[in-house]
Amino acid sequence: MSPIVTVEHIGKSFKGLRALHDVSFTVEPGEVLGIIGPNGAGKTTLFNCMAGMFPPSTGTVHYEGQDVTGWSDARLARAGMVRTFQLMRPFGSMTVLENVAVAAAARGESEKEAEEEGWEILQRVGLSQYATRTSKDLPTAGLKRLELARALALHPRVLMLDEVLAGLVPTERQPVIDLLLSIRDEGATLLFVEHVMAAVMALSDRVLVLNQGEMLAFGTPEEVVANPDVIEAYLGDEVTDADAH
Amino acid sequence: MSATQAPSPATEAEAPSRGIPVNLRPILVTIAIAAVVFFLAFLRTDGSGLILTQALVTGLLAGGVYGLVALGLTLIFGVLHIINFATGAFVTLGMYVTYVLSSNFGWNPYLTLIVSVPSLLLLGIVIQKFIINRAMGESHANTLLLTLGIGLLIENTLLLLFSGNPQSVRTSQDRVFNIFGAVATQSRVIAFIGAMVLALALYIMLQRTPIGTAIRAVASNPTGAKLVGINTKRIYIITFALGIACAGAAGTMVSPIVSITPVAGEVFNITAFVIVVLGGLGKVLGALFGGLIVGLAEQFGGILFPDQSNLLGVFIVFVLILFLRPQGLFSSGS
Repeated sequence: MSPIVTVEHIGKSFKGLRALHDVSFTVEPGEVLGIIGPNGAGKTTLFNCMAGMFPPSTGTVHYEGQDVTGWSDARLARAGMVRTFQLMRPFGSMTVLENVAVAAAARGESEKEAEEEGWEILQRVGLSQYATRTSKDLPTAGLKRLELARALALHPRVLMLDEVLAGLVPTERQPVIDLLLSIRDEGATLLFVEHVMAAVMALSDRVLVLNQGEMLAFGTPEEVVANPDVIEAYLGDEVTDADAH
Repeated sequence: MSATQAPSPATEAEAPSRGIPVNLRPILVTIAIAAVVFFLAFLRTDGSGLILTQALVTGLLAGGVYGLVALGLTLIFGVLHIINFATGAFVTLGMYVTYVLSSNFGWNPYLTLIVSVPSLLLLGIVIQKFIINRAMGESHANTLLLTLGIGLLIENTLLLLFSGNPQSVRTSQDRVFNIFGAVATQSRVIAFIGAMVLALALYIMLQRTPIGTAIRAVASNPTGAKLVGINTKRIYIITFALGIACAGAAGTMVSPIVSITPVAGEVFNITAFVIVVLGGLGKVLGALFGGLIVGLAEQFGGILFPDQSNLLGVFIVFVLILFLRPQGLFSSGS
């Protein structure tokens, strides 16, 4: 099977500051790829380059065989390559249901279809009891689910999650992890940046480790944790306070 | 960001209430101020109820049209974060479209809406796509000066084409209605009803259609909107076009009432701006209610301070609002 996402020699500099340098990897359809690394390693920059927040300085991104380098974030989202943000971006003045329906409507559904689909997705992520509340009234855990619900309404084939577990207490994490697995089981490919190591190890088929903007390691979770470079750069001094974010 | 912080806005809102729900208080204050104004006006007119009723009727009828113009302004501000200083010029443009079609081709002035609205929509698309979109994301001063310049350009083009002589649009016969003893001409009533119908249609469109939902999403969170696949530049174009179409429609509907000059729309710039601040920036319903309040302020200002400009009352309201409630009557936050 050909890869669904191919990243080749991607790099990004901000006015001379090299945030990302020569990162290349492929993602197979249905795979779960965890991306880890210490703060400032370039994880979010990588996501931003791939999802069209800004174009990479060098390198290319292919999605489903097509060169999508430099596509806008909105265009990629409509094409099924969807990302979420670490800090949630809800439509605060709109209801929870509208927040999800707007994503379905952006795919070209009518208002009625979009609302019906919004309901189904809210039930799935466990937010249906809040459907008619304005989204700014939701607590953090609810906003995280809303962010996921909105992404699901776009029928993602590649779902890029930026710290979807951050800010959740451990008891709130498991339902989200179960949800992610069910999304994977339906055929979506997941890329996720995460600091919660237990989740990375449990979910990922493969793990990409970034450090100071460069690829440090890429392999199965077992290979990565056994890699001495990784232990020194990341696990050694970060694993203890990894949840602080 | 942790789970322990983030107090819900509901608890914040309840804190300073002292018995009266916080969102009701500004409305009660408004009613109180209105009552005082009404009482003073009553004394001033030596208890002539007719003058007061007339001011009330005229003020509300004019206020409906102001509300429509302000609705366009507040929509553009809410979504694009641009203060459109060309609003008045677009009102004028609507008047001249009506003037040309009705005086040269004998159209009924109100029928010209089917030309003035689409042509302003089109103009809005062109202006936003090729001019303002390029300046978006830079300093607010850039877009502000840009709209100011567009306004001047339109006014002076109209001056070139039609000279500065006042023109008028004739309606066949202007019947007069009697409302509680007050007089209301047919054209004023039509302008009011037309403005309200259009405002309502726009409101329903914003609330109940996919494109309206997308517009509200961009207003609420542009980054989030991009994430869910909304082309924000396209939404900016649509919103700007809708906003100035409101101004153009208002221009058409008041054209039988006003004398049409290239600067006839300027008064709408000022009133619409005051209304938008009054109703809360970006608040659609606030713009409509604000319009009615400003229409009344104009009339009652005329009674309380005779021999002064009608705008005096409007500015008093403006100063009071900035002093007492700068976030606007209908906004909860600051």
